[in-house]
Amino acid sequence: MPSISAVKTAKREKGYSGMKPTKGYRVFQVFNVILLLLVVMITLYPVLYLVAQSFSAQKYIYAGEVTLIPKGFNVDTYKIVMADQQFWIGYGNTVLYTVVGTAINLAMTMMFAYPLSKKNLIGNRFFTLFAVFTMYFGGGLIPNYLLVNSLHMKNTIWAIVIPGAISTFNLLIMKTSFEQLPKELEEAAAVDGLSTYGIFFRIVIPLSSAIIATMVLFYAVGNWNNWFGPMLYLDDKNLQPVTLYLRNLIAGASATSGGVQDDMEAQQIASNIKSTTMVLTVLPIVCIYPFLQKYFVSGVLLGAVKE
Amino acid sequence: MAQSVAAGRVQKPAGRARGSGPDRKQKWKRIRKDWQLYTFLVIPVVYFLIFKYLPMVGNVIAFRKYVPAKSIFGVKWVGLKYFNMFIQDPSFWHIFLNTITLSVETLIFTFPAPIILALLLNELRNLKFKSFVQTASYLPHFVSTVMLVGIIFEFTASSGPINSLVKAMGGSAVSFMQDPKYFHSVYIISRVWQSTGWGTIMYLAALTAVNPDLYEAARIDGANRWKQTLHVTLPGIRPTIVTLLVLSIGSIMGVSFEQIILMYNPSTYETADVISSYVYRIGLTQNSYSYAAAIGLFESIIGLILVSLANYLSRKLTDSSLW
Repeated sequence: MPSISAVKTAKREKGYSGMKPTKGYRVFQVFNVILLLLVVMITLYPVLYLVAQSFSAQKYIYAGEVTLIPKGFNVDTYKIVMADQQFWIGYGNTVLYTVVGTAINLAMTMMFAYPLSKKNLIGNRFFTLFAVFTMYFGGGLIPNYLLVNSLHMKNTIWAIVIPGAISTFNLLIMKTSFEQLPKELEEAAAVDGLSTYGIFFRIVIPLSSAIIATMVLFYAVGNWNNWFGPMLYLDDKNLQPVTLYLRNLIAGASATSGGVQDDMEAQQIASNIKSTTMVLTVLPIVCIYPFLQKYFVSGVLLGAVKE
Repeated sequence: MAQSVAAGRVQKPAGRARGSGPDRKQKWKRIRKDWQLYTFLVIPVVYFLIFKYLPMVGNVIAFRKYVPAKSIFGVKWVGLKYFNMFIQDPSFWHIFLNTITLSVETLIFTFPAPIILALLLNELRNLKFKSFVQTASYLPHFVSTVMLVGIIFEFTASSGPINSLVKAMGGSAVSFMQDPKYFHSVYIISRVWQSTGWGTIMYLAALTAVNPDLYEAARIDGANRWKQTLHVTLPGIRPTIVTLLVLSIGSIMGVSFEQIILMYNPSTYETADVISSYVYRIGLTQNSYSYAAAIGLFESIIGLILVSLANYLSRKLTDSSLW
């Protein structure tokens, strides 16, 4: 929490000092606070609405009476969803893919970023361009699909965790972060007889915990939310992540609503269950998000640094 | 392998500077000294070659006939057959125009939104409230596409909040997801919802970097807060705006097709179908790999041309560019 003097300094830096706000500006400030509260409401409302719906009785949802507070409070749908074995299989798979995927993402990204961060390494520029080029031109859906198929990775975890092992954007963030580590430390360690590997594991990694936390968040969220790869490559229901379970619920509901509103009841039951599944799916992200927030802002900003 | 690649690269500049024997020796010495660093590169470089560069080469199937279970590069050359097929495809123009209009509309609405939100946040004096608004507005960025689409379905359902509002105002329920004329609006509103807060991060950082002396000077000249915003703040963050604009134009063809294929259905194809969703449908649900690859390549090339053009314009018009 910033101290009062820090706030004062911040204000002075922004050019507020000695300024007598005009009446018009005061009116604007009140208006601005109201407007931003509205923005917060709009961003949070959909999630709160799902929570309310997940705890509500079907008939109230059906009547369109649920807005922000659950009506006819009950946890029946939680019982239904949590009793579904398929849901837990999906959840377990998601956890597995997120853990294994993120570990691979992180290891590969750091391995690539570390040599790239050494400006005087011969070939540095070549390897950087080698990676950056892929941000602007890619193989496209079909060649990637055929590649994964021909490597016989279909219906294995590898089809999910390997093809996206390195995100070039994250690689550049990591590289910039490594570049900013104090060179003297690494030099001193080298003088003390530490090998490059020793320096990497005992000096560089411990000093990079903030950026590693950012990367873990970015990659983990990506893996957690991934559904397209699994849909392409995993036909076996026992391998599918929870995102596909959710997608099937949503797709099923949209199919019933296809013939106008004749099947409204079925649609509403699905609504109830869908909300519950969505709440359960997003819960882990909402739980870890506040703790990692302070890191990811600096992570994004590092990514903005031009090479 | 990576080591030999590195070595290959090094020899070239050395070779160009003819007769620089000691130089070349120096370089070899440095490469030998850094050999452990090169070992880090081996696995990632192999990964990039296989999963990023090989599919680029794999695009030759757009020019060759693909037969299942045979080579992924196809069995024989057919020239531009599949490209011609696409241009003559009866759905070509509407898909092409959908891609362009949906991308441009998305850009028009999602690009300025974070700038406006960042400017408004910047006027807040209460730092606690400011960080609260930021925390809340970043959250949608972490919501998955599947869940986003789930929310859209819930909100536009006949008893959902939007239709409740419509009914409260005396209208009758609209089936937004079945009517092609609402697809673009629903898509764009959801994109704005998801990306605006996250997009402010860079602008807020840029705002703190604006020189405070300029505000002082502007105020002495009698500029009020609005004038200061117009003449100091906006010019101050212009490089950031331009850089991000160039980036967005570069990815203009990249409408979120994952979201589109979750959202659309045959009754909305008319306005919802874009090139990438068409590639998905033709290629992976109808197994016309070569044809779909040709369409995909067509899209990538347009994307590459757009990003080069945007970069060129940015370098000409301002002093910032991507490369």
